[in-house]
Amino acid sequence: MKQGHAQGKHKYGMVIDLDKCTGCGTCMVACAAENNVSVRSDESDKERSITWMQLYKITNGREFPDAETSYFPRPCMHCDEDGRGGHHPSCVSVCVATATKIDHNTGIVSQIYTRCIGCRYCQAACPYDARYFNWWDGYFPKGKGLERYLTPEVSARMRGVIEKCTFCHHRLMRAKNQAYAEGRRDIKEHEYITACAEACPVQAITFGDLNNPSHKVAQLAKSPHAFRLLERLNTKPKVYYLSTKDWVRKMADNYLPGEFKRVNKATG
Amino acid sequence: MDLPLIQEGVKRCSPKAFFLWTLPWLALLAWGGLSAFLCLWKGLNQTNMSNVFAFALWIVFDLAIIALGAGAFFTGFLTYIIGKKELKNIINAAVIIGFICYSGAMGMLGIDIGQPIRGWFIFWHANIHSMLVEVSFCITCYLCVLAIEFLPLILENRQLHKVKAFRIFGHNLHEVMAIFAATGTFLSFFHQGSLGGMFGVMYGRPFAAREGFYIWPWTFFLFILSAIAAGPCFTILCTKLTEKISRKKLVPENAIQLLAKISAWLLGAYLILKIADTLGWIYGIIPDAGLTLMDFYREGPYGIWILVAEIVVFGIVPAIILFIPNARKSGPWLITACLMNCTGIVLNRFVFIVVTLAIPVMPFDRFWGYLPTWQEWGIALAVIGYGVLLFSAAYRYLPVFPKEKELNPVVN
Repeated sequence: MKQGHAQGKHKYGMVIDLDKCTGCGTCMVACAAENNVSVRSDESDKERSITWMQLYKITNGREFPDAETSYFPRPCMHCDEDGRGGHHPSCVSVCVATATKIDHNTGIVSQIYTRCIGCRYCQAACPYDARYFNWWDGYFPKGKGLERYLTPEVSARMRGVIEKCTFCHHRLMRAKNQAYAEGRRDIKEHEYITACAEACPVQAITFGDLNNPSHKVAQLAKSPHAFRLLERLNTKPKVYYLSTKDWVRKMADNYLPGEFKRVNKATG
Repeated sequence: MDLPLIQEGVKRCSPKAFFLWTLPWLALLAWGGLSAFLCLWKGLNQTNMSNVFAFALWIVFDLAIIALGAGAFFTGFLTYIIGKKELKNIINAAVIIGFICYSGAMGMLGIDIGQPIRGWFIFWHANIHSMLVEVSFCITCYLCVLAIEFLPLILENRQLHKVKAFRIFGHNLHEVMAIFAATGTFLSFFHQGSLGGMFGVMYGRPFAAREGFYIWPWTFFLFILSAIAAGPCFTILCTKLTEKISRKKLVPENAIQLLAKISAWLLGAYLILKIADTLGWIYGIIPDAGLTLMDFYREGPYGIWILVAEIVVFGIVPAIILFIPNARKSGPWLITACLMNCTGIVLNRFVFIVVTLAIPVMPFDRFWGYLPTWQEWGIALAVIGYGVLLFSAAYRYLPVFPKEKELNPVVN
């Protein structure tokens, strides 16, 4: 049997420091603005609104004064493998029309809007709820200035297709073009970062190449406090989280009694 | 008025009575038509589906009717390949029911996808890794096979039969029907299986994920077995309902009993494997994901009772009834067992679709609820309306039940 694809040169990923995150939501806004995420006049239906970068609030469930709160910003995890050891993320292997693919040179899981038929199987297969369906026609209110802020490099989506975080793939293209124009083959660490990482006021989000040891993201991902969401499902996400709090780390996955290993003895 | 279309030697109700009978079903079709129009025009926001409930009522209906329609291929397999001659008396009904189920399911799927105009991308840009691609290919091909299997019966209509070319063509089709039955069996095995595989491969959702053999998760085989266990029961139910409404004996009891007996054995085999699969899931997949069985049943309306209902109440109980010869020979017990068997399979599909999606995977996510809108109900019920109308028309104008004349001699 074919042993999957060779390891690509780059593996772009993200580390989100939950101890720094204040839950301000700037990453969500920056992401939506950068990626031309459509809006509705009433966004109260949270089951149908589109938030490529979603923010979850978690608490340790204790009473004052022991109560603690943390926030989980959740972009697409850009998973690496399938649970059976192949090299397809859970959403990619199920897509009927090959409308979502993993680029093995960058590790980025893409979504081809014009090929998506809107069957939503990928949504069902994704454990992170990171995929969003366009229940309505795209809408950018005219006369209120929003249309002037549309990013020309990002295509707006039509009704009836799935969309999701692309790790601001257009920024990678832009950085590559710049490097090409300057006669370089490689792009520098700071030349390609996502909108959420750029906008975060406390620099909780670090973005870069996980395969490049000189990149900060590769170093942070090796921290003893680093973990990934639902790691046990073997989805191999490329988004890492950092937290010194044991209860936060514990909340990122499911554990049977006695299975969870604490990093710090002092908290939790 | 339509007397020339009705075959000779059988008794049918008056055109007026038939027209009145069709009215409620036409009303369902109209409701469905309006719903379909709204969904195609305004989009799937007309439903209560969401980013959490990506699959909902329609997919449950699809999977349920495809499973229940399995009577067509399985009866065809038993009749033409195994050579169970007594089933020739019920094969036509089974084929029509199968055709209704599959065409209805495909119609619903056409509305269920967000971009119906791009439906052909499944074939053009097919992702060979996707179970849904296998489902789509096999269902499309099998619907063609069902149409071919249905065609000779249509050509036997009293007026069409008078045309020599149709008569010869129909006869020749009959001659080669074993080939189509074999093709249908092959295709059906794969799409029934792939429908199960669709959920078993979702390794990101421990509630649905299953281990398996090579590329096929256990659900692949369980869906095939459960479909061929419940499909014949649904054929029996439809036949019995037709007999009840028409107040006639239409199918010799030996055909019904043979189907019921085969159903019993298949249901028994299915249940043994289903219980083994459930135990493997409880002691393998679930603890590997850091969960216990009861973690799935903590929130929302879906308690552990749903597992007990699926396996014991609507699985073991009907299997026992169908296994006991005296019980399955008694009309009410047979109907009860068939109804329970069919309910069990629908429940199984419901659990794999709706409950799988309702249970949050991320520990800090919440449980979401879902209730269909009238548009969703409209399209789902329209399939029932369409089915009843097509079956009624077939019964009225085509020789669906070959033994009808023999069992009901017309006294002048």
